[in-house]
Amino acid sequence: MAKMNMLHAINSALDITMAEHPQACIFGEDVGYFGGVFRATSGLQEKYGKHRVFNTPLTEQGILGFANGLAAFGAPALAEIQFADYIFPAFDQIVNESAKFRYRSGNEFNVGNLTIRTPYGGGIAGGLYHSQSPEAYFAHTPGLKLVVPRNPYQAKGLLRACIKDDNPVIFFEPKRLYRASTGEVPEGDYTIEIGKAEVVKEGKDVTLLAWGAQMEIIEQAAAKAEEAGISCEVIDLRSILPWDVETIAKSVTKTGRLIISHEAPITNGFGAEIAATIQKECFLHLESPIERVCGLDTPYPLALEKEYVPDALKVFAAIKKSVEF
Amino acid sequence: MTNPNNISLNISHALEFIDGHALNIPTLKILSEDGDILDGATAPELDKDTALRIYSTMRFIRLLDERMQAAQRQGRISFYMQCLGEEAAITASAAALKQEDMIMAQYREQAALHYRGFSLEQFMNQLFSNEKDLGKGRQMPVHYGSNELHYLTISSPLGTQIPQATGYAYGQKLKHIDAQSGELSSEIDNVTICYFGEGAASEGDFHAGLNMAAVHKAPVLFFARNNGYAISTPADEQFKGDGIASRGVGYGIKTIRVDGADTLAVYAATQKAREIAVTTGEPVLIESIAYRLGAHSTSDDPSGYRTKDEEAEFKSNCPVARFKAWLLKQGWLNEEEDEAQKDKIREEILAALKVAEKVQKPALEELVSDVYDTPIPALQKQYEELKEHIKQHPDAYPITAGRIK
Repeated sequence: MAKMNMLHAINSALDITMAEHPQACIFGEDVGYFGGVFRATSGLQEKYGKHRVFNTPLTEQGILGFANGLAAFGAPALAEIQFADYIFPAFDQIVNESAKFRYRSGNEFNVGNLTIRTPYGGGIAGGLYHSQSPEAYFAHTPGLKLVVPRNPYQAKGLLRACIKDDNPVIFFEPKRLYRASTGEVPEGDYTIEIGKAEVVKEGKDVTLLAWGAQMEIIEQAAAKAEEAGISCEVIDLRSILPWDVETIAKSVTKTGRLIISHEAPITNGFGAEIAATIQKECFLHLESPIERVCGLDTPYPLALEKEYVPDALKVFAAIKKSVEF
Repeated sequence: MTNPNNISLNISHALEFIDGHALNIPTLKILSEDGDILDGATAPELDKDTALRIYSTMRFIRLLDERMQAAQRQGRISFYMQCLGEEAAITASAAALKQEDMIMAQYREQAALHYRGFSLEQFMNQLFSNEKDLGKGRQMPVHYGSNELHYLTISSPLGTQIPQATGYAYGQKLKHIDAQSGELSSEIDNVTICYFGEGAASEGDFHAGLNMAAVHKAPVLFFARNNGYAISTPADEQFKGDGIASRGVGYGIKTIRVDGADTLAVYAATQKAREIAVTTGEPVLIESIAYRLGAHSTSDDPSGYRTKDEEAEFKSNCPVARFKAWLLKQGWLNEEEDEAQKDKIREEILAALKVAEKVQKPALEELVSDVYDTPIPALQKQYEELKEHIKQHPDAYPITAGRIK
């Protein structure tokens, strides 16, 4: 085991992949010798050459179109979209192409070798266009998988699982956490199963659910609640599509209460899907309405970010509301 | 001194602007309308077998198109698109490739697929979306695809295959990388050809795909079918400047414009373009100038936007007749045999149609397979619920009810 921050962990997962397959390619804006704006691909061009780790022209549509073709050829395509906010020019290539390649061709062709990495979320004073969490747009599309890690260990194991998975996957990286802390990460290869949530802390009064950077927030809220004598079960969803209904339903059946928190705007956010499904699965076990603590239905702001974000205090307020219902 | 702008500066002191048409790119034409090699033109090397295979493919597609257009009018299939007017451009370009080269088509290139060996039965199974369709009945008619024949399954969104062709071709090139040195071989085995219409050249994907192919040197042949119309929008409302070819030049891609009704010109241009791509690893753009004689699709009616006179003018410039005239002069074809063949093919098409329309639809399971490599839990659950519902109401779902396991 070694101490790594999330960027090192991601770099290590990419390094293993590049060594494993002679045609694996990493590409995106500035990912070449510069190593990407966050340096996630540092040193890889040096190691694997400019034909396999390269800068692309500034065209997200082109990056994903190219990635679909390369993956259809059979090479692992590791495409980076510099910020998730800029994934929308590639929306058609992802939603109409990557997601439907296998289905529309009757499995004559597929792009299972495609992995899209993209930094998402707020907390870096990035305002409207460097802070979005667009996961819900993609969660509406059959054929994609969506994964979000919460720490360096999870990042490496989940990214390796995404790359090995025989379906196109979008790996959303919580950029606020890139350098925020370090953790123990194996230097060798390992994977974490996609589609399984993790119970990070067991509890009995209320279930708190989040993913990615928001995990830190609900853990803080859980600590506050414990001080107030409320026992929280904390779950990291990890995989948004497919998502682990069973683990969440089991927890809510036990606690009778559920609070979902995400940074994206509340309306039609992925929390809505979870709330609807868990309401059906756990109807007779629920002690209070399912609460969602999310971003407002506004674009992500700059100056009033603190007011906008679902912070620990807002989650704690929701916990109290839920247990006092 | 290095030039970070990547252009050679040709300093001028005259305030002059370059007009869009100033390029005036020439159009390669080899064969006259009467089937003679034009003065100053050189015919490509084309052996008799290949020439006859090109001709029989063009003739087959014309007969298939004619029959299936009628089948759509009779309500037997829901949709169809003809190759009419572009048979030479598609068939001759496909013939100039190797069987293992990848074809990424738009939707009107059935002749290329047939040239590769896609059978009459396979065409019919797709058109009738029956259980033998390789696409498992999921897409509209004419959305063909075959892994075995290296023909990527058609996708309805326009132009999406263009940057994909760049990525695929890059993979074909990367196959020849030296694992130790990281250097690429100077020669490669296969290329990708990417067909698209002049309308698709307005999409963002076109610009993204060409730019990336040029910058990253992908061995892809961009084949622009400039056929005059994008559904009802004529070319002069689609683009300005010197055609689609001028875009290729702008992106730094070797470019040629050909007479798309001239089988020999298309064959020669594609053959040369392929040679450039395999030896340099770089892309080439071919702009084929032809005329879409038929409607865009069976949902379109050209009488609403163009005159009969205009159509008649282009009808007289038939690409199939022009090539046939050359073949007759070569002594490789005779009229009687040709007529007899036509009647035989017509009968075969009708027989295959009657068989395919009676083959049952895909099983219920195909509704949920291939969304992922294996169905995810939520989808499995939905499938089980649907099966249960159909079992309880079999009369409402006659296509699948009797076959549920």
